[in-house]
Amino acid sequence: MSLDKETVRRIAFLARLDVPDDQLDPLAGELSGILNWIEQLGEVDTADVAPMTSVAEMTLPWRDDVVTDGGYPERVTSNAPDRHDGFYLVPKVVE
Amino acid sequence: MDATPAPTYVLSGETGDWEVVIGLEVHAQVISHAKLFSGASTTFGADPNSQVSLVDAAMPGMLPVINRACVEQAVRTGLGLRAHINHTSVFARKNYFYADLPQGYQISQYELPIVGEGTLILDMPDGSSRTVGIERLHLEQDAGKSMHDQHPSKSFIDLNRSGVALMEIVSKPDMRSPEEAGAYLRKLRSILRYLGTCDGNMEEGSMRADVNVSVRKVGETGLRTRCEVKNVNSVRFVMQAIEAEATRHIEVWESGGEVIQETRLFDPAKGETRSMRSKEEAHDYRYFPDPDLLPLEFDDAFVDGIRATLPELPDDKKARFISDVGLTPYDASVLVVDRREADFFEAVAKDRDGKTAANWVISTLFGTLNKMGVGIDESPVSAENLGKLIDLIADDTISGRIAKDVYEIMVETGEAPDTIVEERGLKQVKDTGAIEAAIDEVMAANPDKVEQVRGGKEKLLGWFTGQVMKATQGKANPGMVNDLLKKKILG
Repeated sequence: MSLDKETVRRIAFLARLDVPDDQLDPLAGELSGILNWIEQLGEVDTADVAPMTSVAEMTLPWRDDVVTDGGYPERVTSNAPDRHDGFYLVPKVVE
Repeated sequence: MDATPAPTYVLSGETGDWEVVIGLEVHAQVISHAKLFSGASTTFGADPNSQVSLVDAAMPGMLPVINRACVEQAVRTGLGLRAHINHTSVFARKNYFYADLPQGYQISQYELPIVGEGTLILDMPDGSSRTVGIERLHLEQDAGKSMHDQHPSKSFIDLNRSGVALMEIVSKPDMRSPEEAGAYLRKLRSILRYLGTCDGNMEEGSMRADVNVSVRKVGETGLRTRCEVKNVNSVRFVMQAIEAEATRHIEVWESGGEVIQETRLFDPAKGETRSMRSKEEAHDYRYFPDPDLLPLEFDDAFVDGIRATLPELPDDKKARFISDVGLTPYDASVLVVDRREADFFEAVAKDRDGKTAANWVISTLFGTLNKMGVGIDESPVSAENLGKLIDLIADDTISGRIAKDVYEIMVETGEAPDTIVEERGLKQVKDTGAIEAAIDEVMAANPDKVEQVRGGKEKLLGWFTGQVMKATQGKANPGMVNDLLKKKILG
C-alpha cells in the first residue's frame, strides 16, 4: 500500500501535526514503507483464528457502582496553562 | 414498519408528492452513581471539575475500569426494547479533537455493540400502533461541557460530565412523519423511565436526539442522501426540525441541485437548519478497538438475572388494561405513559368499574393537574378519595352532577368526598315523599304546562325534571324524579 502526498497531509491534519510541505513526500515514502512491511502479515492464513484481544490470559475487570474518586478540582486543573473558578480556560473554540 | 402503508404524511412540491424518511439516534444518560470508566460521581449541577477523576481528565497512564451498573443498565434497556443482547462486545476509540474531550477520543462501541436489533411500538394519537426497528444500542462516554459566553477570548471547560455513561440508541430509518418521530421519542422515554435506566429529562440534556432526514418521491424505493440534525433537545423541536429539513431537501432536489450529506444544527428561533461547516473535516473518526480495554463479556445467567427484575412495561400494561380492564386502546395508551400515573389509575380502578375510573383520571384529574402545572405525585386528590367519589356515584349517594361539585371541593380542600357530602348535605334525595312534595309544588305553580303534557306534549316532561332538580338543589335522584313525574302527571 502506498500513500500519496494528499493522504499524508490529511492524516497530519487529523492528528493535528504541522508537517511542512517539503516534508510530505519524504514522509509518504517512509509511511508506505512501514505499511508494506506490516502487510507481509497478510500472507498468513488466519481464516480459522479468532482475533487476539490480549497477550495476557485475562478478562475485563469490572468495578462496583460506587463513588470513590473526584472532589479535587484544584488537583485536576493544576497543570492547566490557564484556569478560573475551577474551570479550565482555553482559547475560544467558537467565534 | 408493518407492510408498507400508504404514506400519511406527504409534502407536495412543484414536481409532485414527497415522503420523508426519518431515523433517530438518541443519547440517553445512564442512571448510575459513578461514571462509566471511573469512580467519580455523576450528580448533576456540582461545582466545576469537582466530579473529575484523573481518568476523566485523561492524565497520562490512567486506565479505564468499567462500571458494572452501567453494563447492567444497557442490558436492561436492551431487554426493554426486545433486542438481541450481545454477550461479547468491544469498546473502540472514536478520535476527534475538541476542547471538552481531554482524551482526544471518545470511548464508544463501533463494530460490536452491547445490544443489537430490537423493536419499539409507537402509540399514535388515533389509537393505532406502528412498529419501528431498533438498529443497535451501544455504551459510550459523554464529553465535558464548554461555555463560550463567559469571557471575550476564552472558553470555560467543565469536565464533570466527561466520562458519564451514555447509551446511544439508534433506530432504523422506519419513520415517515414528524408525528411518528415524536411518538418514538415519547415511547422511548416512557420505556427508559419504567426501566429506571435514564431519567429521560430532555431539558437537562440527559436525553438528546440526532435526527437523520432524507426525502424521496412517493413510490420511490431507494433512499436519497440524508442529513443529520444534531443535538435536538425537545420532542417539539425534533418535529419542527424534520419539517424544516425535509422542506429544504425538496427545494434543493426540485431546483436541480443535490443534497450533500452533512451535519446540521436546528435553530428553533428561526425554524430552520444550518450547516455545521466547522465539523465537516472532523468526520473521519478513525475508529479502532481500545487497547486499554478487553472485550466486554458476560453469560446467560447475567442477562437472566437482569430479566428477572424487569417491571411490567408500557406495552404489556396497555394490553392488560385493554383485555382485563376493558379500556379502549387510546385510553390505555394514555394511562401507561407514566408508571406513577398508571399505578394511580390502578389504585382508583381497583374493585371498581375500570372505564369509569379511566374517565375520571384522564378527563377530569389530568385536566386539573395540567391546569395546576403539577405531576401526579402532587395531586390534590388522592387515588383513595377519587375511588370513594366513584363509589358515592355508583351507590346513588350523590348524582353525577353533584359529583362534579364535590370533586371541585376535593381539589380545593383535599378532603375526602364522604366528609364533604356529609358536612355540606349533598346527599341525593331518594326519599319518595320529599321528591313528591317538590313535584307537587312545581305542578301547582305551572298548571298550564301540566295540561300541555297531558295533551300529548311529553317533551315538556324534561322541563319538569329540570324544575324539580332545581327545587332540590340538584340533590334529587333524576331517575326517581322522572318516574314520579310520569306517574303524577300522566297517571
